[in-house]
Amino acid sequence: MNRDIQTSHAVVAEGLGKRYGEQWALREFDLAVPTGSVLGLLGHNGAGKTTAIRILTTLASPTEGTARVVGHDVARESDQVREQIGLTSQAATVDGLMSGASNLEMIGRLYHLPRKVAKQRAAELLAELGLEDAGDRLVRDYSGGMRRRLDLAASLVASPPVLFLDEPTTGLDPESRNELWDLLRQLVGGGTTLILTTQYLEEADQLADDVVLLDHGKIVATGSPGQLKARHGGERVVVTVDAADDLGPAAEALEKVAAGSAEIDREGLFVTAPASESTRLIEVVRALEDGGVDAHDVRRREATLDDVFFSLTSPRSRATAGPTAADTDREEAAA
Amino acid sequence: MNANAITASLPKAPAGPGRIRWLAADAWVLAKRQFAHIRQIPEKLFDVTLQPVMFVLLFAYVFGGVIAVPGGGDYHEYLIGGIIVQTLAFGMMGPGVSLATDLGEGIIDRFSSLPMSRPAYLIGHLTAEFSATLLAIAIMVVSGLVVGWGVSSSPLEALAGFGLIFLIGITSIMLGTMVGVIARSPDAVQGIAFVAVFPLTFVANTFVPVGGLPDGLRQVAEYNPISAWAAAIRTLFGNPTAIPDGAAWPLEHPVVASVAWCAAILALVTPLALRAYRRRTTG
Repeated sequence: MNRDIQTSHAVVAEGLGKRYGEQWALREFDLAVPTGSVLGLLGHNGAGKTTAIRILTTLASPTEGTARVVGHDVARESDQVREQIGLTSQAATVDGLMSGASNLEMIGRLYHLPRKVAKQRAAELLAELGLEDAGDRLVRDYSGGMRRRLDLAASLVASPPVLFLDEPTTGLDPESRNELWDLLRQLVGGGTTLILTTQYLEEADQLADDVVLLDHGKIVATGSPGQLKARHGGERVVVTVDAADDLGPAAEALEKVAAGSAEIDREGLFVTAPASESTRLIEVVRALEDGGVDAHDVRRREATLDDVFFSLTSPRSRATAGPTAADTDREEAAA
Repeated sequence: MNANAITASLPKAPAGPGRIRWLAADAWVLAKRQFAHIRQIPEKLFDVTLQPVMFVLLFAYVFGGVIAVPGGGDYHEYLIGGIIVQTLAFGMMGPGVSLATDLGEGIIDRFSSLPMSRPAYLIGHLTAEFSATLLAIAIMVVSGLVVGWGVSSSPLEALAGFGLIFLIGITSIMLGTMVGVIARSPDAVQGIAFVAVFPLTFVANTFVPVGGLPDGLRQVAEYNPISAWAAAIRTLFGNPTAIPDGAAWPLEHPVVASVAWCAAILALVTPLALRAYRRRTTG
């Protein structure tokens, strides 16, 4: 591997692949994450995000390919890699039957910090993450947001230069999520390289310098959130209806005037389609009226990463398709 | 935040004997985690504390009056060897459940991503579980003494008796460890342990001498490792064994058979448990 790229990039992967039985959970995975930047691994359940994180954090060995974290090979120098990383995986990675402070102390001791230093570091982190009052309480009595913050604190015990977060805000209410985002921005401001996975496109938009989109174990797009939006989506027209029966006719009407095919969101009861400069809302309204659709709201908006994802990955809820197929959780099943 | 300040000063991994010291220190940190769990949920220890006391009292006073020991001897003295083995066998449940719980949660990922000694997690787990076994043995000895059990062999034989008890305890913990690593959930471990241990401890000389069992069951009981273990403990402590004339080889030579059973089970189960553990944590 090129030496230059190793000094400028905290994480480098070449041709990584992981096979569970007959299934490839990840394949041809290339990555170069500049030191101090934030990479968002984006994809649905089973897209291979967790597999990628597990290989990069030495929790799984790659079937093929190589990866280096701060210059250390994840397969051959796993101990050195472990000294450089912090990991917060999807499930709770702290002990519910211990207090927040003893959790952090235990982890400090497992980094072989002297007892006094481990204690001090635990207190420091509790204060930094706004948990000083909860330090002596059992973690099982924490709220979801507090638990996530403790999870994060646990991965910061050794102030690792590279931090991996697997869906850090899943299940959090918007307020706790915003708090966690602020914390992560502070960390990155301090020079930490951050790799996070998310299903929330807004999250990648908010935090990531670069995004890698994964689908069925393969990278389908890379770039900055802005680049991806520019490449794969301009503006969109959104039509919201009151009844599910109106979704089909609304999509049909919208396609007549929009710049591309329409996508149906059955849960949100709305239809979206790409808009061009010349698409006018008044034409959309007329087309809807001609189709006899009782639209509740019609508007234009900027493309989100969600739209990018829709236009890139396998069809999930196209106008012609039925209800979205339940996403098979291949990663979980294989593990 | 003060990034890198701590990483820069992380102690470097030592070479040679220092590595063993790290391993011991890490394992002890993780064993203390298990002790912290027991402080929060003392019921976790019921199977190795209250349960044996309950069995001692039930069998000594409810069934004791109607069970005679062939060849003479006091039933209470006979009983304790059986209860010790039963408790040790049920001792597989605790390690199985705690392992399955950890493996089902994210905390095992946290431990696997730390630069701690690789075998520390399992060694810490075994240390904590063996401590629970020691507690159980102490409780059984005391409750046995209360109901009239005693040691009437030479000190050397008694020492060997305790040695065998430790060996059986370790065997049972390793068996539970394997079940815990392979099972899908803590509940599954409990189910497996219950279904395996209950019939095994009853179709044996645990509570009643095998001489009274009907043909078929009697042969199963005579070759059951539980029977060999109970008979060996009774022999080494100088308690009545009630081994019938012409019993199967393992009952005629219970001490040798017991050690052989332990060795065979450990040799089979240890590599299986280690391999499954490696696959589940770094697959």
